[in-house]
Amino acid sequence: MTNEEKTKKELSERFGFSTEQIRVTRARRIFLEVPYAQFRQVFEHVVNGMEFRHLCTITGLDDGDTLAFIYHLAHADGAVLNLQTRVPKANPVLQTISDIFPGGLIYERELVDLLGARVEGLPEGNRYPLPEGWPAGQHPLLKDWKAEMLDGVYPKKEVKSNG
Amino acid sequence: MANVKIPIGPQHPALKEPESFTITLNGETIIAMDVRLGYNHRGIEKACEERTYIQAMYLVERVCGICSHSHSTCFIQAVEEIAGLAVPPRAQYIRTIISELERIHSHLLWLGVAGHEIGFDTLLMYAWRDREVVMDTLAALTGNRVNYGMNTIGGVRRDISREQLADLLKAMDILEERTKYYIEVASEEVTLIKRLSGVGFLSHEDAVNLGAIGPTGRASNVDTDVRRDDPYIAYKDLDFKVITDTHNDVYGRTLVRVGELMQCYSMIRQLVAKIPDGPITVKAPRKIPAGEAFSRYEAPRGEDTHYVKANGTEKPERVKIRAPTLANLQSVAKMMENNRLADVPIIIAAIDPCFSCTDRMIQVNDIGGGPREIISWQALHKQSLEWYRKQGLDFKALNEKLRGKLS
Repeated sequence: MTNEEKTKKELSERFGFSTEQIRVTRARRIFLEVPYAQFRQVFEHVVNGMEFRHLCTITGLDDGDTLAFIYHLAHADGAVLNLQTRVPKANPVLQTISDIFPGGLIYERELVDLLGARVEGLPEGNRYPLPEGWPAGQHPLLKDWKAEMLDGVYPKKEVKSNG
Repeated sequence: MANVKIPIGPQHPALKEPESFTITLNGETIIAMDVRLGYNHRGIEKACEERTYIQAMYLVERVCGICSHSHSTCFIQAVEEIAGLAVPPRAQYIRTIISELERIHSHLLWLGVAGHEIGFDTLLMYAWRDREVVMDTLAALTGNRVNYGMNTIGGVRRDISREQLADLLKAMDILEERTKYYIEVASEEVTLIKRLSGVGFLSHEDAVNLGAIGPTGRASNVDTDVRRDDPYIAYKDLDFKVITDTHNDVYGRTLVRVGELMQCYSMIRQLVAKIPDGPITVKAPRKIPAGEAFSRYEAPRGEDTHYVKANGTEKPERVKIRAPTLANLQSVAKMMENNRLADVPIIIAAIDPCFSCTDRMIQVNDIGGGPREIISWQALHKQSLEWYRKQGLDFKALNEKLRGKLS
């Protein structure tokens, strides 16, 4: 049995996911979507119990009524588990995973700035990547955001250059 | 003595790119460091959603000036996977050759910068002179020193001739000989060893915890390399060693990079020996079927990742890019602890940061609106002299003096 099949089997046996839910798209690539209520439990097991110990990054997607988040977790054998979950766009709250992956902090800050996610448990610190003074409520990666929405709002004043 | 906070950047003579570090000092010793990024964010992910796949590929190639081939390959691998394209083996080999040449150019560039940051400018001059060999090779193969434009969805745009392959091998011989010299310098030159040892220490546990990747991680004995662990393009056909080191400091990061250079030369020789004949591209559809793919690539600075989601149209639904420096930055704060203020530039330089890669967002308004013309080299030269004259800088007298000396 290949490693992908083993991962698939363990996930379906432990959490009762159907084999259609767990998609192996090619060698070393596994995709799985889990409801948010179950996300933390699956995430912890995948990292600690199944040795997917490297968080490549977190992708955020504007998916209409929901925001989707994909946590790309890599195993030392080269396999990547793309663990997706979603929260309603009207109330996009999710819990931080920076307690498990301190390096994941910056990826979560990116979700906050670019998609307007609210990450609970995120320690205070510099925002990333938008500048200070960026108008509140504007999140460039939302599908309905247009650059024109900045007209007259940002930047607030012209800074005189000396060169 | 009370702690002092020193802001370094976003514009600072010691830094080559805009990034901001707030360093808390006790005397000369660094207690903590805080990073602020985003000054280079150009909106590339958002811009990709408004462009066709082929346009997005050229845009993505410009995420970074050094790892341009890394980003474009990483991106189209994902697109090709979604579209189910079987890229011809010869194209895979050509992509791999450019990929390793890019690593050689990047590592030699780094070696020079590292030399410069510790006041060893002879090393800078040597390394950058030798780097011209690989830059000329890249220019001969692709037409460009950076932003090679070799990739296209479904293959590569230019073939490599037998003569070019022969020249490539000659360049490898020159570079290998020079790199052997650098290995000698790195293992015997007392100034270099003393200056770099113990500086920017990152323990193996911290490196794993903070997700350090690429040469930064490997110098703390984190044995990962996408080329071996998750092989792509032609890497599965190659025999190579993943270089790791246990020094855990800037010295270790130097040894890893010069060691990797030697592996590059060996890999390119294997590629030249094994490159199959055949077509270099397959036809790619304009519309990519709905689907998603996650692509990884070992860029010179470490693992680069691209996630692409397609919606069945000719434009991507979402493109997510995570460049290696973003993953390594968390480790930099740790490396700074208990070092001296004077070590800041070399510690930052030692992860070989690329902030242009790391940041990708905001807007250029109306770039194509103005009048355009093609001007000759002479006219451009004249225009630049006039521009400087307007700023109050006139080099006429100096130029004449120099000309007099030369003749």
